[in-house]
Amino acid sequence: MTSWPILSVVVFLPIVGALFIAFLRNDEAGARNARWVALWTTLITFAISLILVWRFDTSTADFQFVEKEPWLGGAINYSLGVDGISLPFVILTTAIMPIAILASWTVIQRGVRGFMIAFLVLETLMVGSFCALDLVLFYLFFEGSLIPMFLIIGVWGGPRRVYSSFKFFLYTFAGSVLMLLAIMAMYWQAGTTDIPTLLHHSFPRTLQTWAWFAFLASFAVKMPMWPVHTWLPDAHVEAPTSGSVILAAILLKFGGYGFLRFSLPMFPEASQQLAPLIYALSVVAIIYTSLVALMQEDMKKLIAYSSVAHMGFVTMGIFAVTAQGVSGGIFQMLSHGIVSAALFLCVGVVYDRMHTHEISIFGGLVNRMPLYAFVFMVFSLANIGLPGTSGFVGEFLTLIGTFRVNNWVATLAALGSILSAAYMLWLYRKVIFGKLEKPSLRWIRDLGWREITVLAPLVIVTILIGVYPKPVLDFSAASVTQLIDNYHHALGSVQAAALTR
Amino acid sequence: MTAVQLPAFVPLLPEIVLGLGAMALLMVGAFRGNLTVQVVDFSAIALLVIAGAILLALPAGRLTSFGGSFVVDDFARFLKILALIGSAAAIAMSLDYTKRERQQHFEYSVLIVLSTLGMLMLISAADLIALYLGLELMSLPLYVVAASHRTELRSTEAGLKYFVLGALSSGMLLYGASLIYGFTGTVSFTGIAQAASHGGVGLIFGLVFLFAGFCFKVSAVPFHMWTPDVYQGAPTPVTAFFAAAVKVSGIAMFVRGAVMAFPGITSEWQQIVVFVSVASMLLGSFAAIGQRNFKRLMAYSSIAHMGFALVGLAAGTSQGVQGVLVYMAIYITMTLGVFAVILSMRRSGGMVESIDQLAGLARTHPMRAFVLAMLLFSMAGVPPLAGFFGKFYVFLAAIQAGFYILAVIGVLASAVGAYYYLAIVKIMYFDEAAEGFYAMPIGVRVVLGICGLFNLLFFVYPGPLVEAASAAARSLF
Repeated sequence: MTSWPILSVVVFLPIVGALFIAFLRNDEAGARNARWVALWTTLITFAISLILVWRFDTSTADFQFVEKEPWLGGAINYSLGVDGISLPFVILTTAIMPIAILASWTVIQRGVRGFMIAFLVLETLMVGSFCALDLVLFYLFFEGSLIPMFLIIGVWGGPRRVYSSFKFFLYTFAGSVLMLLAIMAMYWQAGTTDIPTLLHHSFPRTLQTWAWFAFLASFAVKMPMWPVHTWLPDAHVEAPTSGSVILAAILLKFGGYGFLRFSLPMFPEASQQLAPLIYALSVVAIIYTSLVALMQEDMKKLIAYSSVAHMGFVTMGIFAVTAQGVSGGIFQMLSHGIVSAALFLCVGVVYDRMHTHEISIFGGLVNRMPLYAFVFMVFSLANIGLPGTSGFVGEFLTLIGTFRVNNWVATLAALGSILSAAYMLWLYRKVIFGKLEKPSLRWIRDLGWREITVLAPLVIVTILIGVYPKPVLDFSAASVTQLIDNYHHALGSVQAAALTR
Repeated sequence: MTAVQLPAFVPLLPEIVLGLGAMALLMVGAFRGNLTVQVVDFSAIALLVIAGAILLALPAGRLTSFGGSFVVDDFARFLKILALIGSAAAIAMSLDYTKRERQQHFEYSVLIVLSTLGMLMLISAADLIALYLGLELMSLPLYVVAASHRTELRSTEAGLKYFVLGALSSGMLLYGASLIYGFTGTVSFTGIAQAASHGGVGLIFGLVFLFAGFCFKVSAVPFHMWTPDVYQGAPTPVTAFFAAAVKVSGIAMFVRGAVMAFPGITSEWQQIVVFVSVASMLLGSFAAIGQRNFKRLMAYSSIAHMGFALVGLAAGTSQGVQGVLVYMAIYITMTLGVFAVILSMRRSGGMVESIDQLAGLARTHPMRAFVLAMLLFSMAGVPPLAGFFGKFYVFLAAIQAGFYILAVIGVLASAVGAYYYLAIVKIMYFDEAAEGFYAMPIGVRVVLGICGLFNLLFFVYPGPLVEAASAAARSLF
């Protein structure tokens, strides 16, 4: 193994960039430098995280690049590591960050330094949560991300930003504190908060149920699952474009990641018993929020509701606990991370020109913005889940995976995915097609170079992993297999014990 | 005990130094008049530092004096250091304040030192008489400094209110102490512990009155009513002193009294502490939401914080006491930091205290706004700031002891509390800028800097404080 702690570097490099920006002068030149420093920091972080991919051993399900230092005394350590489940999310984070910085390049004019610092701190906290191998450390990173995000929405957001930022903060905070109590209970039961150890610890039945609900309280809000999703549309609408991108692409993934990392392997009995609840919530999310999306007059709100629906597929696939379901859930999260980020960027493009995201303002954009129309089309289709795009793979796998376990749920969810075609195509027709009649749109410009640089990689990735998803799926295959084996093993041993009794 | 027999006064050396030093400073002030205020102030800080140094230089282990009524163990050392820090910071922050408000009196620092002396006695007290002695020595100077703004109606009101209610609480405490003495025949904590292992109605009565007195001093619900008025009325550095050092000593007395004197009837007093803790957390969190005056808001916030600290005591274990100690250490840094900002809210028209005056602080004073925001997030218990670890350890202990409902109520109250801290951050960061404030005086700047850095960076190296608190907690059991 290496002598240098590569994961710590990836986690803390953005903070170093943030410190550097903090010492820049508070003027026009300082703002310009802040943008460049932030961009380079995120690019270098991304490059280093690619070393992880390169040196990652896909044949084992163990945690790799593990670092461990004593931290809080007792059994609570500073410990980092990645496996096939967490590494894709680390890469997603480091890859989306430079894009988000570029998306805010000219939009953010007030308090540029503060904005970039908040962004870089956020990156550290997000990558840290995916790498943490200690529950307390995970919680630290996980909750810490509330502070910069609260400020990003509240300081640089739209007109109702105060309401939205408070709603965002208090919803997620209230959900997470219950998880903290569950973590403490687990600590006293197992004597450690070391995640690799806890993955093989079997907790007593009642504790499993309570802790499962406590974790659900946190992750369901973060995911977000119906009925605690209402903070998301508000937060998205008011957040600046880059904030929406981060929120949709990465922060929402904590929920699914948490279910995979903690709920399933640590509380298998509770997960099995309560899976019907998750199915019900997922199906409601898929169908109900899709219907809600049909009624939206605001582009960002529409995409936000569609995110909730897509996350419904993820929770459904994860709790099916079949190889296809879980891999599909992971793939769907990655795909959604790219596609929804891109959709928000697309909304951002017209928002920068017209300063509104109301659907009725637009129409006939294809006449003036052919390139934009193409890009928007790719991502709309990917969001619908058209074969050949990344959206298809995830949705298809989760549906197969669930069908093997519960075909009613899968059938209803598949019906729900028709609705996604309805609202996305409706949105596309309203915004892009038709005659360009509105005088305000007559001189609207097509994509600029910076916007093309931002969107082109996302188009390529969306189609590439849609056509050839194998490399991505291989990445997490070993870890997923082990997760499922352990899960069934744990349930099997419980059943065996019940039989012998 | 160490092999060498120490003279009986050695454990009291810090107290002796403080006492004699306070007398000397009083003489200096009395003979040289108000010209020497600065000298007295700085000498007072130096005295507190010296007392702290002597305290740390005392031989390790458990030292007793006065026939066991005065104890210096790790628990006492830990809290005494906190009390000394709180007092020194209160004097440091008042340097500029008293000058600008034309309230320069040398007595101020002397009274703070005397009150600190009372705190140290109180923290070490291991029988009821020593406890009462320390408590009164601590409180009497406080009544005076609370009213030290002689021309200000509110300050006088605060002093009077504090005096009347303080006297009432002392009376309750004395009544409880006399009942306990009557039913156990002893005043020493260890003696009471032996006699009380069987319980008995009379003893429980005494216990309740004693705890009522304790609750008054730490301003726990339902004995909190004086807090908002006194916090708002007293001069701001004095309020900082109340909120930091006095609270530390109150909690010390509470914990030592409960754990040392009544270990046999833990389940009895746990009920009281659980109720008081839940009520304080809820009332503090909800009542603070409507407050616009920053000092008054801090009063409710401190009530809630006492509730959180008492969660640790409610657990009744060594783990719980460790949680209380970590909580108090972090609490005083948060509180002192926030009061440093309140003290810097001065513009051409004089001091302002409404939180609305902080509007747009992020643009007029970005550094000050950032540090205050971090302190407020810390108070709300958001990781990775220090305040999170305080809550972490008390709730960890509560979960271990099986107080699940208490812990759930506690964390939900902390989510409610987050609302009003966020509301201040919102005013600073989201609202349009108001007129700027004057530059910060140096003493306030130092306190704010240290407190801010501590809260921001505590997570990097939390080991030493946690270990020290753990050792301190073990010395009680």
